Amino acid sequence: METFLGIDYPTLWFLVVGLLFSGYAILEGFDYGAGAWHLFLKKDLSRRIAINAIGPLWDANQVWLIIGGGALFAGFPVMYATMLSAMYIPFMLFLILLVLRSSAIKFRSAEKMFWWRNTWDIIYFVSNTLIAFLLGVVLGNVLEGFQLGENFKYEGGIFFTFLSPYAIMTGFTTLSLFMMQGAIFLLLKTEGRLYARLTFLLKKGMIFFIISFSITSLYTLIFIPGVTDDFKETPIFFVLPIVSFLAVANIPRLVSKKKYAMALVFSSLTMAFLLMLVAFQLYPVLLPSKIDPSYSVTIYNAASSQKSLGIMLTMVVIGAPLLIGYLAFLYKTFNGKVKLDDTSY
Amino acid sequence: MDTEILARIQFAFTIAFHYIYPPLSIGIGLIMVIFEGLYLKTGNKQYEILTRFWLKIFAITFGIGVATGIIMEFEFGTNWAVYSKYVGDIFGSALAAEGLFAFGLESTFLGVLIFGWNRVSPKVHFFSTIMVFLGSMFSAVWIVVANSWQQTPAGYHIVGEGFNARAEVTDFWAMVFNPSSVDRIIHVWQGAFLAGTFLVLSVHAYYLLKGRYEEISKKAFKITLVVATIISLTQLLSGHSSADGVAINQPAKLAAMEGHYEKSAPADLYVFGWVDNEEQKVTGIGLPGGLSFLVHQDFEAPITGLNAFPEDERPGQVNAVFQFYHIMISIGMFLIALTLYASFLWWKGTLFDKRWLLKIFAFSVLLPQIANQAGWFAAEMGRQPWIVYGHLRTDEGFSQEVSANQILFSLILFLVVYSLLLVLFLYSLNKKIKQGPYEEDKNTLQIY
Ligand code: HDD
Ligand code: HEM
Ligand code: HEM
Repeated sequence: METFLGIDYPTLWFLVVGLLFSGYAILEGFDYGAGAWHLFLKKDLSRRIAINAIGPLWDANQVWLIIGGGALFAGFPVMYATMLSAMYIPFMLFLILLVLRSSAIKFRSAEKMFWWRNTWDIIYFVSNTLIAFLLGVVLGNVLEGFQLGENFKYEGGIFFTFLSPYAIMTGFTTLSLFMMQGAIFLLLKTEGRLYARLTFLLKKGMIFFIISFSITSLYTLIFIPGVTDDFKETPIFFVLPIVSFLAVANIPRLVSKKKYAMALVFSSLTMAFLLMLVAFQLYPVLLPSKIDPSYSVTIYNAASSQKSLGIMLTMVVIGAPLLIGYLAFLYKTFNGKVKLDDTSY
Repeated sequence: MDTEILARIQFAFTIAFHYIYPPLSIGIGLIMVIFEGLYLKTGNKQYEILTRFWLKIFAITFGIGVATGIIMEFEFGTNWAVYSKYVGDIFGSALAAEGLFAFGLESTFLGVLIFGWNRVSPKVHFFSTIMVFLGSMFSAVWIVVANSWQQTPAGYHIVGEGFNARAEVTDFWAMVFNPSSVDRIIHVWQGAFLAGTFLVLSVHAYYLLKGRYEEISKKAFKITLVVATIISLTQLLSGHSSADGVAINQPAKLAAMEGHYEKSAPADLYVFGWVDNEEQKVTGIGLPGGLSFLVHQDFEAPITGLNAFPEDERPGQVNAVFQFYHIMISIGMFLIALTLYASFLWWKGTLFDKRWLLKIFAFSVLLPQIANQAGWFAAEMGRQPWIVYGHLRTDEGFSQEVSANQILFSLILFLVVYSLLLVLFLYSLNKKIKQGPYEEDKNTLQIY
């Protein structure tokens, strides 16, 4: 098997996909999170500001989903096909909600009628909340494992089995994490009364997060078999949960000191660490089978050919710096508090 | 209905709907680059106004293009799982390249393009316009490469058997430059330019008819007419080149396009007609031996017909392929005639005197749209029964685990949400056009 720096290609691609989804979670985390607060903001002007805070950025953030999806398709076609077809209903809902969400951003402020804006506000709020929740639900399902038979044949239920208790818990955890991230982001973008309101909301958000996070963590430790095994084998990786825990604990401290930029960094780190934890726990499995572990989708039986992975790794090496460069330029251009003008939504 | 049919209906519906918007975004993008470039070069305010006006419309088409595109990306996995596993090795790298090199570029600079007028210098803004335009051009490249590979596979070998069979890349560049990709990329680009330019022509023709914004509209109309004329003419060349390719690589498709059944005989070229699949006969008006002439420059040369293929290895919907193909060509011919005639009048100095001509332009926005859709339907239905030409059949490519009811559920969702989107699109397009280039919608009124 081909390697680079002693790491085999499927593992490298696993890292690439992991990084892309972490980027997605961090960036769209504050987009979806901000949207999940939408109806908590009462005034029309506040809502407009909240939408325009993400206005120029959300499209670029969403690209991480598109590239992540492409990377999964490209590197692990078996995983892409098995997961999406088995999770048909949640993914279709997710996609439709994405469409509704972007329509709401575009069309909400296009008319002045109360009913118009109010309807879009509700659609915007609901779609953001459910998207965040569904992402967590899918993650929960992956962690629990699928009913996979021979040749990756999915044998589980088709309509509502994806809503297991554990998946609902991870759904709420993700939602709360995104909401915390979103509130911090909005604080960086707003001033005056809205800012004051958001500091109040952020406190609620942190409480919501801490509660769901603790419940899910406890449940994972107690009910999901084998989570602690990997750590017992290689204790050095205990660093991961500890660091995640410290990152979480640091957020309220920074918030109380009003260091919001740092708080955003730390809540982003929290997401990255938690995803690393998930990745570490799974590796080299991508999708565990509940029927027989030997039926699981792993990075080796799901991977594209060495040749293809090599080509794509080259592309990433060329493309990633470009992408980072574009993003840096964009964020620099739109740095600072939101100012509405004639180009705003 | 069974899973396969529903999956096909859903895919055809969602991709056809998506494909309303990308051509508009690409085409308007080109025109915006021209207008803004002229503004920077001449400093004439009118070009800035035109750029800003078309940017507003661009923002709408682009937005819906993005929203509906994401669905397409994941639909391969949800509905065509077997196919996805089969082509992942090949298709994947094209999609990954598309994301990294095209969508990244488009989406990031889009923010600057739309919201950056007051934040960056005119030069940087122009640069962003170009980047968004190039991004949309690249994205067309990669997705058409992927589709072309599925039409005319190259640079691969097959490993594994049965459900585990899949194609693996052996030669990346041979895969990218497979026999049909270059022809089709150019043809698709041009189709997109036509869709965009005809929207611009249509709106300015409408203003001229109403006597509004005359000066600026005349300028815009003339510039756009130049582009439209050149592209209409060259579209014939890239189309012809595509047809030559189809004759070599997908003879069954070519035969279906002209309703040619006999195993090996000279084939006619129809202007229009109706195919009777039972009788294996075409009723219509055409040039005897015309297809033979186009392909071999000889009216007598034989062309492989549908009967040379086993019943289950040739397209079933011959009449549909025939009709879609002929609709596209008729529209292509009409656009050539229309733009040439308008250019002739311009040369004579009477371009804006004929109201009926302006009226035709005002309505002709629909024609490239119809031709684009018809072209894809002809290309995709002519590819049947293969999902990967010669290797994987469509009835083997769909997701085996997904039930008909699940697809029905999502199909209904798509129907509802997409209808809403279409209404919103037409409504806001209409509103922006009615407001015109000078209206600044400040939108600062608060309502509660
Ligand atoms: C001829 C060009 C063309 C074709 C055949 C397709 N698309 Fe498309 N797509 C574009 C041209 C385009 C574009 C011009 O790049 C878009 C449309 C309008 C836009 O705003 O970007 C876009 C948007 C777009 C997006 C959102 C990108 C973003 O955020 O910038 C995705 C994920 C896809 N498409 C995916 C697909 C898939 C999976 C297709 C095939 C099944 C497909 N497109 C066919
Ligand atoms: C954007 C313009 C496109 C249009 C309008 C279009 C149209 C269609 C239509 C009408 C069908 C159904 C054919 C049938 O069932 O008889 C179809 C199927 C399909 N197309 Fe396309 N297509 C487009 C682009 C693409 C691209 C870019 C790809 C891949 C890269 C693609 C891949 C497929 C696949 C996988 C199917 C399903 C299987 C099948 O029915 O063959 N299409 N498309
Ligand atoms: C003027 C004469 C034209 C000719 C001879 C022509 C020829 C063709 C041929 C042979 C194909 C099938 C290619 C394949 O299956 O590989 C095709 C596809 C297509 N055509 Fe045309 N075409 C013409 C005009 C137009 C016009 C005016 C438009 C749009 C404005 C258009 C848009 C398309 C599209 C979108 C496709 C599907 C993509 C593809 O397969 O390349 N065509 N055309």
